[in-house]
Parts: sequence; structure tokens; C-alpha cells
Amino acid sequence: MSDWLNNALYGWYPYVAFTVFLLGSLLRFDRSQYTWRSGSSQLLRRRQLRLGSNLFHVGILVVLGGHFVGLLTPIAVFDAIGIGHTFKQGLAMTVGGIAGVICWVGIALLAHRRLFDPRIRATSSFADTGILLLLWVQLTLGLATIPVSAQHMDGHEMVKFMTWAQGIATLQPGAAALIADANPVFKLHIALGLTIFLVFPFTRLVHVWSAPVWYLGRPGYQIVRSRRPVSRAAMAGDD
Amino acid sequence: MSHFLDRLTFFRRRADRFAGGHGVVTDEPREWEDGYRKRWQHDKIVRSTHGVNCTGSCSWKIYVKGGIVTWETQQTDYPRTRPDLPNHEPRGCARGASYSWYLYSANRVKHPMVRGRLLKLWREARALRAPVAAWASIVEDAEKRASYTQKRGLGGFVRAGWDEVNEIIAAANAYTAKTYGPDRVIGFSPIPAMSMVSYAAGARYLSLLGGVSMSFYDWYCDLPPASPMTWGEQTDVPESADWYNAGFLMLWGSNVPQTRTPDAHFYTEVRYKGTKSVVVSPDYAEATKFADLWLHPKQGTDAALAMAMGHVILREYYLDRTVPYFDDYARRYTDLPMLVRLVRQGDRYVPERLLRASDFADGLGEPNNPEWKTVALDGAGAPVVPRGSIGFRWGEAGKWNLEAKESGGTDVELALSQIGAAPAVSVAFPYFGGTAPHDFVATGHPDVLTRNVPARTLDLKDGSVLVATVFDLMCANYGLGRGLGDDDTATDYEEDKPFTPAWAERVCGVPRHQIVHVAREFASNAEKTKGRSMVILGAGLNHWYHMDMNYRGIINLLVFCGCIGQSGGGWSHYVGQEKLRPQTGWAPVAFALDWNRPPRQQNSTSFFYAHTDQWRYETLNVSDILSPTAPTGEWGGALIDYNVRAERMGWLPSAPQIKQNPLGIAARAKNAGLEPKDYVARALRDGELELSCHDPDDPANWPRNMFVWRSNLLGSSGKGHEYFLKHLLGTSNGVLGKDLGAEGREKPQEVAWHAHAPEGKLDLLVTLDFRMSTTCVYSDIVLPTATWYEKNDLNTSDMHPFIHPLSAAVDPAWEARSDWEIYKGIARAFSEVAPEVLGRETDVVLSPIQHDTPGELAQPFDVADWKSGAALPVPGRTMPNVAVVERDYPKLYERFTSLGPLLETAGNGGKGIGWNTRHEVDYLRDLNGVAANGQPRLDTDIDAIEAVLTLAPETNGEVAVKSWEALAKITGREHAHLALAKEDEKIRYRDVQAQPRKIISSPTWSGIESEKVCYSAGYTNVHELIPWRTLTGRQQLYQDHLWMRAFGEALVTWRPPVDTKALAPVQGRHGNGNPEIALNFITPHQKWGIHSTYSDNLLMLTLNRGGPVIWLSEEDARRASIADNDWVEAYNANGALVARAVVSQRVNPGMAMMYHAQEKIVNMPGSEITGRRGGIHNSVTRTVLKPTHMIGGYAQQSYGFNYYGTVGSNRDEFIIIRRMSRIDWLDGERAATKETVR
Repeated sequence: MSDWLNNALYGWYPYVAFTVFLLGSLLRFDRSQYTWRSGSSQLLRRRQLRLGSNLFHVGILVVLGGHFVGLLTPIAVFDAIGIGHTFKQGLAMTVGGIAGVICWVGIALLAHRRLFDPRIRATSSFADTGILLLLWVQLTLGLATIPVSAQHMDGHEMVKFMTWAQGIATLQPGAAALIADANPVFKLHIALGLTIFLVFPFTRLVHVWSAPVWYLGRPGYQIVRSRRPVSRAAMAGDD
Repeated sequence: MSHFLDRLTFFRRRADRFAGGHGVVTDEPREWEDGYRKRWQHDKIVRSTHGVNCTGSCSWKIYVKGGIVTWETQQTDYPRTRPDLPNHEPRGCARGASYSWYLYSANRVKHPMVRGRLLKLWREARALRAPVAAWASIVEDAEKRASYTQKRGLGGFVRAGWDEVNEIIAAANAYTAKTYGPDRVIGFSPIPAMSMVSYAAGARYLSLLGGVSMSFYDWYCDLPPASPMTWGEQTDVPESADWYNAGFLMLWGSNVPQTRTPDAHFYTEVRYKGTKSVVVSPDYAEATKFADLWLHPKQGTDAALAMAMGHVILREYYLDRTVPYFDDYARRYTDLPMLVRLVRQGDRYVPERLLRASDFADGLGEPNNPEWKTVALDGAGAPVVPRGSIGFRWGEAGKWNLEAKESGGTDVELALSQIGAAPAVSVAFPYFGGTAPHDFVATGHPDVLTRNVPARTLDLKDGSVLVATVFDLMCANYGLGRGLGDDDTATDYEEDKPFTPAWAERVCGVPRHQIVHVAREFASNAEKTKGRSMVILGAGLNHWYHMDMNYRGIINLLVFCGCIGQSGGGWSHYVGQEKLRPQTGWAPVAFALDWNRPPRQQNSTSFFYAHTDQWRYETLNVSDILSPTAPTGEWGGALIDYNVRAERMGWLPSAPQIKQNPLGIAARAKNAGLEPKDYVARALRDGELELSCHDPDDPANWPRNMFVWRSNLLGSSGKGHEYFLKHLLGTSNGVLGKDLGAEGREKPQEVAWHAHAPEGKLDLLVTLDFRMSTTCVYSDIVLPTATWYEKNDLNTSDMHPFIHPLSAAVDPAWEARSDWEIYKGIARAFSEVAPEVLGRETDVVLSPIQHDTPGELAQPFDVADWKSGAALPVPGRTMPNVAVVERDYPKLYERFTSLGPLLETAGNGGKGIGWNTRHEVDYLRDLNGVAANGQPRLDTDIDAIEAVLTLAPETNGEVAVKSWEALAKITGREHAHLALAKEDEKIRYRDVQAQPRKIISSPTWSGIESEKVCYSAGYTNVHELIPWRTLTGRQQLYQDHLWMRAFGEALVTWRPPVDTKALAPVQGRHGNGNPEIALNFITPHQKWGIHSTYSDNLLMLTLNRGGPVIWLSEEDARRASIADNDWVEAYNANGALVARAVVSQRVNPGMAMMYHAQEKIVNMPGSEITGRRGGIHNSVTRTVLKPTHMIGGYAQQSYGFNYYGTVGSNRDEFIIIRRMSRIDWLDGERAATKETVR
């Protein structure tokens, strides 16, 4: 892979993808509230949905959490609390592998349902089907990295990816060069992952933003919305 | 400003708490709630209704938002009723509330569609030829023609533009008129009252063309022929509000909450008032839960129940004691005092015709129409001629009324009975219940019952003749022993003799004590309230072959008890939405009577019987239904032979009429040096001209073009559906039986038999609809029409006295157009195309002898058929009327869009009353503007509406007064007071859009609009002494026409269902291994649709099983191993249908109920037997004609469009039903082998 391409894909593309991801989500939230939804097809057919959806969501949450923590936590933190590189990589492969398989089974069920149930297929948009297939490919690639990782259990490749990710996150120049020689499976996986961030605002994935995690900390079980107008001016006067 | 930023309120978030911290008040944004608010916001509300032949005619609010109809709700602004009567609203039902679904559904017809193969042929031909020549090149080439006709129903539509389809249709019509005659262009559209201008659009086009408008009320079997027989009235019934005035209310074969949903509240309310209700229904129908007493006779045996009730009422209220009210009513308003001649038949007497003044040597002093004036005895026993009989109606003035006077003006009280005053003689009465088909009870009594009747001898001009009163014959007919020494009558209800309660219990299964009890309560209530006993009845009774017996049995109860013509009492027959309130204003617009008269009108039952070739499969023999006491005569032949005789004697109409093109007859007459009238009579006798009815299968006599609009003929009313497909359309079909030729049975005498029946008589089938119905699917051209929320029209009903508008809340969606605009477009195209072959033409039109015209006095005594040489063919007397009509084909469009001059020169009128209408036409010139030809404009649908409203007495007070005054001249009594108070009132279209308006009383109808009484049929007969339009001028319970006597129905009796013999030809031939059982096939109206409409509406489908169903009893289902929701197949010789089984305790064993008209385009797999998709309920039915319905030229038994004629009954049919083994949805490509199945 030429340096130029490597730099474009792993040096610049992340910023493009994340800009579109954030700005696109914001614009869609503001301009197109009625499209802000998960687009469930449960009303059309329940078959395969409960199992597929639950497997997928459980798996993906674990996998995403693993990536987030694993990639963005400075390696020094692990070193400091005594988690060895080999162990960390093994943990990532094991937990990520199990969660990945769970997720893969779930998404396979969902994809099968979406493609082969005539009612659901007829009501699916291009984006609905496309994102599902993208995720399925991405997950397959992710699982395919496990045997590659198993060939170098010392964790040095893993550290490269951590450094790259943290480099991107902290606007370090030259981050892309760090993974120039990584196995193509990893590089495909990363490029596709960035693409998923890129298309995120144009798909039903936006519902991720609205995951009702704050319900967990919400006080009271009877919620009454105030009847007062909610404009800033009115609120300012109120205070 | 921004949904996102507005949410960032970390420093200002309030969270007031309450309930100990369990509740919390938040300040989060609430704009999202506007989404729900906007859901119910709208730009405007428009008043419209649903034109669906449900009789509801409910006023609805149509909500429009952004140019889209969004939903509808019930209007609640009806004018209030008087203080002691509940208001009309709420009116509406779930079906109407779901209508807006159709507007934007996938099932909407959005563009003009043409069968692809036809369009390809057309474009090829049109590239080389002028339009008519292009059409000729297609239909005259058998291969080309078959290439599209044989594919009907198999898809293959493509879009075309309006100009192109209009030209195809115009070319086809012009070709047909030129080649065969304009009477080969047929139009079927039912029930004008549901959208009268839309009806008028097509009928006006056809009438200007010389095409044929088809009847519907009789074809639907909604017409009860008993009504014209008894009252000379098509149907006139109380409005539903009048139920509230009833003291005793019977529902008999009518399922009010299900089929009169918006009116059912009056039924609930009158029960709160304390009225007792008895419901008669074989199944546990919805209405039964309203009942204080539920009687459940075996299906089809209602006449037996009614006979026994009549037996009790005559016994206890006429013979055991005299009830002054009943006695007076019977003498003044019924034919019971009239005298009937008795003639010898072997060793006994049989009743003959009613005695007439002309039977006396001196004509009883009656020079005018003495043969049409019936005779009774006065108190002293002298024969008198009471006023009011039909002889007084025509040819003289001032004596056609029901005053208790004889002709000369002397007060007279007629004698009901001669018992004690005259000796008794033995009179024979036919009895048909001795044998019965299937599981109906055969009582084993002899087929002739001899009963003694007091009769006296009168010296008449043909010698001395025995006469008896109708009343005395009636008592004997009901089997009432009166001590006259006969064996066949009963003096005790427990005797098993026809027609005692004990006898009826055997036949119908209702316990005798209940029969006696209900009869007593019915009559006692009428006695105490002066006639406030009411029977609501409907299709449940009328769809049997012998419906007349069911109806006359019930009518007799009402007449005996003086209930007819009294508010709160009477005969409430509700079936179709037949009450076209502004009828006399509408008829000239609809049938182009403003340009030429008469129009061509045809009774559909006889037409479809002939032209779908159902007659070729007839299994009912005349001998099966002929009376054992029939007068000697020639009673041979098949049912269609009787229809042919009726057509040639001028009783029934014909279409097509004459084998030779009627546009050429005038020229032939000229060559022969004769008037067309005389020429036709001579040429028919000599064989130079031939009536088409003698050979319906000759290509010269085929109907060629057909329009269907406002109707789903093939998916709903087409009895003998598979025969329609096979013979009229010539496409794939499921007929399972063989015709008479193949079966080797006796063939008709009058009709030519072709060894090979034609398949595909129609060159072109055009359907206008807003939804892709079954009929559309089988058509060659489908035209997208405006829905009921997209056009301007009028709608009236028998259930209430209001006129409702249909209004264009939005413009027709896609390329749809209103029916008025569609036919206007076709008319314009026709005028442009016609000059290729047609110019000003002279058309010779045959029309039957019409009721309510002087012609109804045509044939007073015996039946004389000119074909047999018994009479000379005289137009209008012994054969159809012959009229000459000038057609100006290039000016058809100009005539369509302007109101013609005949209204000013010939006047307007209806039901035998005529008046001058110049003033109204001038008014329309001012209102609508003047067309280029100087006539009032009829350019838009609203122009047409205003013309209807201006010309009709019901909506123009001035005309109402004129019409009452016209009637007053005939009756010699003052009637105008009924309308004087409203003389200045003119109801206009915008008025009815603003609020429902009540109509003005008019002599067209027998009830009145008043603030004191509800609309009630027969009211003006009883209270204004206007005669019924019958032979006697009274309610006629004795039907004395020769054919009535021959078929044993001079008086009401019990006749078991007929045997259609539809099972034997298929039994044991189509087994699939599952058990098979035979059941009676009953087709009531459904809960989740109105006829076929809504049966493809997803909202309604979601509320029920979502597809075709058939109801079975638990017992029958067990016998056939059928579980609820199984797919089952029902079949007989007529065809096969599939449906899911509903196994229910509601249903009696022995019958299967299939809600009629469930579309075969939704959720419908293929039949195992035919290999075709589904079948509809009519796939297993076939029309069977009844000769007594063909009678004509005889007072009330004269033809009128939708008034009298053969009716399409279908309840006597049996089916074989079994569980299906293989459900084939026919979703794949049709295999080549399947193409050849059948």
C-alpha cells in the first residue's frame, strides 16, 4: 500500500468520517426529527427478531465497549495496574471473540430475516439493508483478525493500534505511519469501521444516540412535563 | 431554534419533585407533541356521503389537509325531529368510516387502463384506418377478437390516455349501432338513489345513443314482486324513524343492526319506550339479541309461519268476533269485498277472475272501461261498482278515489262475506306442501284441497255465474272451518291441516303455541292502536324462488290488521337503496326524455338469463311449479319460452329487440308504404322481422358493447357468475354442469337451439370504478372514476326523508374523473367519430306496455298470443309499443350538455300524473345559463343536479303543488294542502351541502312529509283516499291474472323451495378424499362490508378474518370433519368456490351461510376442482325465472323499469361442501397444462 493511500485512509479519513458522524448526526437530529428512530420491523413480523436482535445488541455492546476501552486507554495505564500486554491481548481476543460470535449469530439472523421475509424486504430502504450487511461484513472481518492476532501474542501489534487510535484522537501527526505494515485484515477492518462512522448519520444507527441510558439515573417514576413554554426567553424570565 | 441546543439545559434544568421524590416535573422540550396535534388538524371539512347502496345515506364530514382527504367523521347537524321523537343522528358505521382508505390505496384505479392485447391491435389498426373502420377490422377478425376476449380476467392491462380510450369506446359504439343496432349497446348501473347524477351521466349517454339501460332492483332480487301485485307500487316503506311509533315490532328476515346500522338506534329506542319485539330469523343473527321472543323457523319456510299466523288472526279477529277497525279497513281499503267468479273444473269449482262491470248485460251503467271496473255487493246484496278501480283512472275524471261510494256517488258499505246469505259450494285450492325437496318437510297432504265457500249466482251476459267474495275465498284458503261441512278445513289449531299452527309447526319448526301467541299479540296491538303493528323484512325472505309467498303471507297479516298506511305500522321492506326521492325530476335528465322518448330499458334478470345462456342449463320444469288446478291451456315449454311469450305480447321488454337493425326499419316501412308501427306489426307476423328473443345465441342478436358503472356486476350481483364468464365474456370459467343438449333433456320450444353455445358475446366491456374490482379485472377498458369524496352528486334513501349531497372535497386523484365528466367525454368523442358511419338516423324503439299509463288497460281477460294466431299483433295492446325516435348522432354531445325541448312541449310527470314544466325550464335557463342551442346548459355535474332539483316536486314546492293539483283532477279530491305550505321552497345543491334538507310531499310517493307524522307508506291512500294503482284500486290480495291462477298463486299459500337439481350432475365426481355434505346455500349481507365494497378494504379485512368465509353449524362441520378456519370448497353444477370455514353455533344445521359479494381479488386461493382462482358466492348460483313475474299489460301487473319483472332469486340452491386438501395460491406462472383445464 502506498504511503499516500495509507496516510489518506488512516491519517485523514478518520477525521472525515468522525466529522460527518458528528455533524451529520447533529443536523439530522435538528432538521429531521421524525426520521430519528430505530425503524423496528417488529410490527411486521416477530419471527427471528427477538433472538436475533438481542444477540446482536448484547454482542455489539460488549464489542464496542472493548474497542473503546482497549484502544483509547493509554498503554501506560495497563502497565501501571500490572496488566501485561499478552494478557490484555488474550482477554481482548477471548471476550471480544465470544461477544463477536454472539453478535455475528444475531446479525446473521437479522440479515436473513430482512432479506428473505418478503414483507420486511419490501418495506426496507437501501440504507436499512445496507447498514446491516456492512455490519455483518465488519463483524466477520473483526472475527477474522483473531487467528491473525494469535500469531503474535506478545501484543506489539495491539499496542500499535492503540497508539494509532490515541494518536488520531489527540491529533498527533504521523499516526497513520504506525500501522502502515499491519496485516491487511486489520487495515480492512479499520477502514470499514471508519466507513460505518461515515454512513452512521444516514442510517437507522442514529438511534444509538438516543439509547435511554439516562433512565438508569432518572429520579422518580412519574414524570410530569412542565406546561410552561420552553423557549429560552421564557425560561430566562422564569428564573 | 435547535432541537439539540435546546436540550442543553444543564444549568437551568428544573426538577421539581413531588410524591416524596417519586414524581418529578421536568422542563424538557415539548415541540414533539405538535406531531400529534397536527395529526388532527385540517384545512377544511366538506359534507359528503357514501354511494354504496346500503340505504344508510348518512351525512359525513370529510376532512381535507394539504389537498388530501385524511379521515371522515359523522355529521351531527340533522334538523331536529319533533319533541316526542328521537333525533336521526348519529348516522354512520365502521364501513363508512373506513372509506377514505380507498382514495389513496393500492387498489385505486388511477389511470385509464386497456387490455394490452386490445390496445396493440387498436394502435395497429388505427394507424391505417379511421376509428370505426379500425374497430371493425378488429372485431370482424375472429382471431384478433378472440386474442383479447379470451384473456379477460387474466391481467394484462396497460395505461392509455383519455383521448385514446374515449375514441376506442366511441368507435365501438358507432360500429355497433351502425352494424347491429344501437340496442346492442348495453349499460348496467344500479341504484340511482346512491349517486343519481353519476347514474344519469351514463344513462343519458345511452339513451341519446339508443342504447339500453338495464334494471337492477329486480335483478338484485330486492324487488318484492308482491308489492306491485298488492299495491301497484314498486316499493314504498316507512322511514326508520317510524319504527319508533310502532306498538309491536317484528323483524322478519332482516338483520337491522348489521344491515341498517345507522337506523338501528330507532329500534333500540322504541324498545325503551316499551314496544315488544319479535325477531324471526333461522340463525342467531345480530338482530335476535334485541328480541323479546326469537322465532327460528327452518330457513325458507317463513310463508308457512305467516300462513298459520293469518289462520289465527282471521279466526279470532274476523270470524269469532268482529273488530270494528279491522272490519271497516277491510271493506274500504282492500279487495276482500270484491267478487270473484267461480268456474267448474271437473266435479268442483275453482276461483277465476274478478267480476267486472262488463260481465253484466248493462255494464252496470259504466260506459268507460267497464271491463276494468270490479264489482262488489252492497249491504242489501246488490252488485255495485265501487269507485277507485283502475277503470276509473283512465278515460274519465273525478271518480278514481277510495271514498266509500259506488260509481254513481251513493254511499255504500260493501259486504265482506256472503256466509248465511248464500249456499256453499266446493272450491278447489292448490296445495304444494305435500312434497318437498331435500330436507324440507313434506306434509303428505293431497295437492288439491277442497273447501266449501258461500257463493251466489248472478245473471250475467254469458249466463248465470257463481261468485264469491275474496274474503270468503280467503278464509277457505287459510283452511278455516266455518261450519260449511268440508273436511279440508280446521276448527281447531291442533289439527294437522293446512294452514293451522299445528301444521306450521311441522313445516317450519316453530312451536304452535308461539305462533298463536305472536299472532294474537300482533293483532291485538293493531286493534288497540289502530294499526301500529309493523314488520321489518328484507332479503332473508325475498331471495327465495317463492318469495311472493313469504311476502304476501306477511302483507296479508298487515292488511288484515289495518296496519298499512298507518304511522307506526306497516310493511317495512328494506333491501336496496331504491328510494330515489326526486325521481320525476331526475328521470328526464337520466333517460334524456328531454330529447327523445321512449328510452330503451331492459329487465336485467331476463336479459342475463338469455345472454349468459343460463337458460341452456335450466333444470326447473314448468310442470314442477304449475298448479294442479291450472285452467286448461297450453302450459308446456321451458321457462325461457314463457319469457319469450311475455316479450312478444308486450309484457316484458326486450334487448336487443329485433334481429334486424332498428335504424333500418323506418326505411323498410317507407318502402312498404306503411307507418313504422303498422309495418313492424305486420313484418313480425310475416317473419320479415324477427324478435331477438327467439334466438339469443345468434351473433346478430348478441349484446356487443357493455358499460358497467357504479357497480361490481361480476363480483357481486351476477348470479350464475361462471356462466357470465363462459358465455357473455368467453373467458376461463368454472362451469361444471352440462347444458340441455349434452344432457339430452328437452329443449325450449320458442328459442332456437345451437349445438355449440357462443362463448364471448361482448366485443367490448367497459367498467368505470374507483377501485380495481372483480368486474374491472374482467373488463377490456377500465376508466378511473372519482370517489364519493371527489364528485358532486345527490343521494337519498328510504330510511330518512333527507337529501344528501356527495361533494368534491378534493379533485379526483391521479387521472380520475367524475362519471358525469367521463360520459361527457365519451359523448364528445362519439359526436366526433360518428359521422364516419352515422348521421341523423331514424330509430324504431319497442317498449313494453307500461304501468301507470293508459296502456295498462291492454289485456283485460284471457291471454292471447298473436304468434299462435289467437290475436292480431296490435302495438301497445297485444304486442310491444312501437315508437319512432329521431337520433342526431353528430349532435349527441350538444344534446348531452343541454336540456332538450321536449320538457317544454310534452311536459313532465310520473306515476300516471303529468304537468306542464315550462316555468321550471325557464328558471333553469336563468340558473344554469343558456347553451348555444338556446336550451338550459347541462355542462357540469352541478348543472345536472340543479336540473333534477328544479324539476322534481320533492325539491321544488311549486312543482309539488302543480303535481298534487294534477292528481286532484283524476281523484276528484283536493290534495294540494299537503304541499301548499312549502310552495315557495326550492331546495338547491348548496342548500343540501349546508345542512340535510327534508323533501316536500309529492304524489309520486304514498307517504307525506309532515311535522306530525313520520313518512309511512300507503299514508295518502288511507288518509287522502287516493287509490292504490291496482286493478281494484285497493290493496289487492287476490291476483286474478290467468298466469297467477295457473301457477297457483291467486291467493297466498305455502310453497316449499324449488329443487334446482344442481347436485346430481357433480356428485361423486370431484372427490378429494375428504367427507362431503350437502347444504342449503344462504347468502345474507355481511357485517364488514356493503355488498362487495369494503371487502377489499384492509381496515375492514383486519376487523374480520381477512378474506372469504362461509359459516357452518357445529353439527355439519363435525359431519364433514371441518374445523374452524379450515379452507373449504363448495360446489355444484354451476361452479365452485373456496373460503375459510367459520364454525359457529349461530348457524342452523342444514344450511351454510356465505356473506354475499366477498371479492375474489383478496386472499383467495384456487379451487381444487376448477383450477381457477376462488369463485365468488355466485359461482354456485344460477338464475331461475318465475313465469308469474313476466305478466304484463294487466293493470298493476304491467311492466315498469325496476317495478315489475323477473327477479334473480338464489336461496333455493344447494351445495356440496368439503375440506380442501391442497391450497394453491396460483402465485407462480400459469403452467401450460393448467391453461387447458376445463
